[in-house]
Amino acid sequence: MKFVKNHPSDATVDLVCRTCPLHLLEPGEKLKCLKTGQILEVLTDYDGALEDIPSWCKKYGQKFIGVEEDDGCYKLYIKKIE
Amino acid sequence: MKSVYMDHASATPVRKQVIEAMLPYFDRHFGNPSTVYDMGSNVKGVLEEQRAKVAGLIGARTEEIIFTSSGAEANNLAIKGIALARQKKGKHIIISAIEHHSVINSARFLERMDFEVTFLPVDKYGLVAAERLSKAITPETILVSIMHANNEIGTIQPISELSAICREKGVVFHTDAVASVGNIPVDVSELNVDLLSLSGAPLGAPKGVGALYFRDNLRLMPLIHGGIQENGRRGGTENVPGIVGIGVASKLAKNEFPEKVNHLQKVRDLLFSRISKQIEHLKFTGHPEMRLPGHASFCIEAIEGEALIFMLTREGVYANTGSACASKVLKTSPVLMAIGIPSDLAQGSIVFTLNSCNRIDEVDYALEKLCFAVEKLRSLSPLWRKQATT
Repeated sequence: MKFVKNHPSDATVDLVCRTCPLHLLEPGEKLKCLKTGQILEVLTDYDGALEDIPSWCKKYGQKFIGVEEDDGCYKLYIKKIE
Repeated sequence: MKSVYMDHASATPVRKQVIEAMLPYFDRHFGNPSTVYDMGSNVKGVLEEQRAKVAGLIGARTEEIIFTSSGAEANNLAIKGIALARQKKGKHIIISAIEHHSVINSARFLERMDFEVTFLPVDKYGLVAAERLSKAITPETILVSIMHANNEIGTIQPISELSAICREKGVVFHTDAVASVGNIPVDVSELNVDLLSLSGAPLGAPKGVGALYFRDNLRLMPLIHGGIQENGRRGGTENVPGIVGIGVASKLAKNEFPEKVNHLQKVRDLLFSRISKQIEHLKFTGHPEMRLPGHASFCIEAIEGEALIFMLTREGVYANTGSACASKVLKTSPVLMAIGIPSDLAQGSIVFTLNSCNRIDEVDYALEKLCFAVEKLRSLSPLWRKQATT
């Protein structure tokens, strides 16, 4: 797991308090609205996302940049590849 | 026997168009909206159409509506959902003293989880003073919940004035609009609220379906953890027929303003004026102008409300002593206590709540039976006899 700090992003999807498997559905939808090379920040309080989102990125050809823990929540960064 | 039903705040008949719209979703279109094949995805599309209709009734965006099982669940989700999601910011909540049990008991539940709750007093009409709310807010306050209209006394709060205070101080504002949505036009932007609860039943949808409006960017802890339903905010396979019911009822309700309000006011005002002429020693409750159009509430001296309801029912007239949820416990209504009604007078509480189906001639019949019952009960009342001789 790669950790980052204050990573810039072009869009955010806030999934704090939202149940699994929303963390695997909404980022995909949000990425559709971004251009190639732009960064999506995913906010979640679901521990499983730390494993699921990097795997999802690998499966769908997106680049997982890293994670930052912030006040009990996780910020995960995904770079849109295509 | 003639039957005059004037207790629409407790229950109202499901409208014919609503029943007809719901029926195919019990058998022909029974698919689970979460499935990927057409039988399910088609139903999912129908659910989203209903969400848009409910949103349209209150001026919200489609994605800001969460379907629930009732107005009470919507209130629970608003109060507990916001409190649990924002508890790191603070643990203080403010509600009014005349809220529905689903708000009061949600707040009391949070008290057991170390939240602090302030119960704001109201004036003799049931109104919350803006200044009092402003003073009650502390840096720890995360949520204020003030009902839009009260189901027992009909008073409509100046919500936009109260919500503006919360907006300025960065406090989330919720309103329980179960008693008002469908009876008066309600717009979440005009009210400037973050969350608003409504129920299908008062709109002519079946019991067992409600909705919570929440401003799009709010975090809300689910009460029912499940899957992807309601975008991960409320688990459980959706009550599709019920949701179709509330959607159709919402659309019908929206198209009925302002005629419905005018009709309700006309019948209610007639009821008020005739009662005040024919029954002495009674006190109207709630605000004289800022009140629901189809709502008439008063307390009759030297009368026990339950006995009065019993006598009226025998004559085919249906009204209530207060909130349907609380009327069976024979306890002085907290709402009437909060507006300063003495407990002996509060025993004589009676509430008429009207709907479009109530006609002018029904007022005459209800009043005739009411006058007879009051006279009869007072003739048996030692309290009344004592009062008459002094």
